[in-house]
Amino acid sequence: MEPEFGQWLIFGLFTVFTIGGGLGTVTSRNLFHSALWLILSLFGVAGFFVLLAAPFLAAIQVLVYIGAIVVLIIFAIMLTRRLMGLREAPNSQWPYGLIGAAITFALIVLGLVLASTGESPLLVSQPLSEITGESLRDLGIALVDLNQYVLPFIVASLLLEAAMVGAIVIAREDE
Amino acid sequence: MLPLTAFLIVGALLFCIGMYAVLARRNAVAILMGVELMLNAVNINLVAFWRYLTPGTAATAEGLQVGMAGQSFAAFVFVVAAAEVAVGLAIVISVYRNRRTVIAEDVDTLRY
Repeated sequence: MEPEFGQWLIFGLFTVFTIGGGLGTVTSRNLFHSALWLILSLFGVAGFFVLLAAPFLAAIQVLVYIGAIVVLIIFAIMLTRRLMGLREAPNSQWPYGLIGAAITFALIVLGLVLASTGESPLLVSQPLSEITGESLRDLGIALVDLNQYVLPFIVASLLLEAAMVGAIVIAREDE
Repeated sequence: MLPLTAFLIVGALLFCIGMYAVLARRNAVAILMGVELMLNAVNINLVAFWRYLTPGTAATAEGLQVGMAGQSFAAFVFVVAAAEVAVGLAIVISVYRNRRTVIAEDVDTLRY
């Protein structure tokens, strides 16, 4: 089997996971099933990260998104327990939503097509340079390097801290 | 290798699916799930651009700079997504406790 074909096969598999899971999330009437479809979609995205040579992000995707965020969502669904079996219909403006989403997709594809002329970097089918060294180590350095992203890193930590405290305060029952 | 455009189109499709969820679902938790899909689509794009256009090291004025912008941004998107979903679900639970509903349209006190 040619390596090119194998790559397309893996890519197609993850595309089916991601897009199929996304469609399932959106169309499933049962909220709990939506959450399960969301897991499939996020797993497909983790697969894309592996394909794109970002194994750390793939691991974080599984740990943080599937392990924490979706579990949190499922917790919320169960805490608001009247929703569990509730079959919910889309709201009255769903056709407009569908049209809006379709137009957005068409515009993005149109932009891609218009930009894919001549020497456009969008046309590359080969990365401009191979990854040298250990990208995981480079990522760790980049996040704490004074010349790179140490300030956004600290701000992100503060944001997370503030959000967690805020979430506890908001969700706590009044005494 | 696969063309960069393939990843971008998957990202665009996922983004639009999430956008439809945000626009059309009535349940606040389902809307949050749509936002998660949109954030993931952005992450695919960030990592795809990183992989194809700026991986590896590049020489700049400050010396050898490691091109990790795409992965770093994606990591920050993870942080923002976690914060967003925590606060969002806390609000959903709080609203449910006070009003016994999680339908976004029913929570309209501020309109009047």
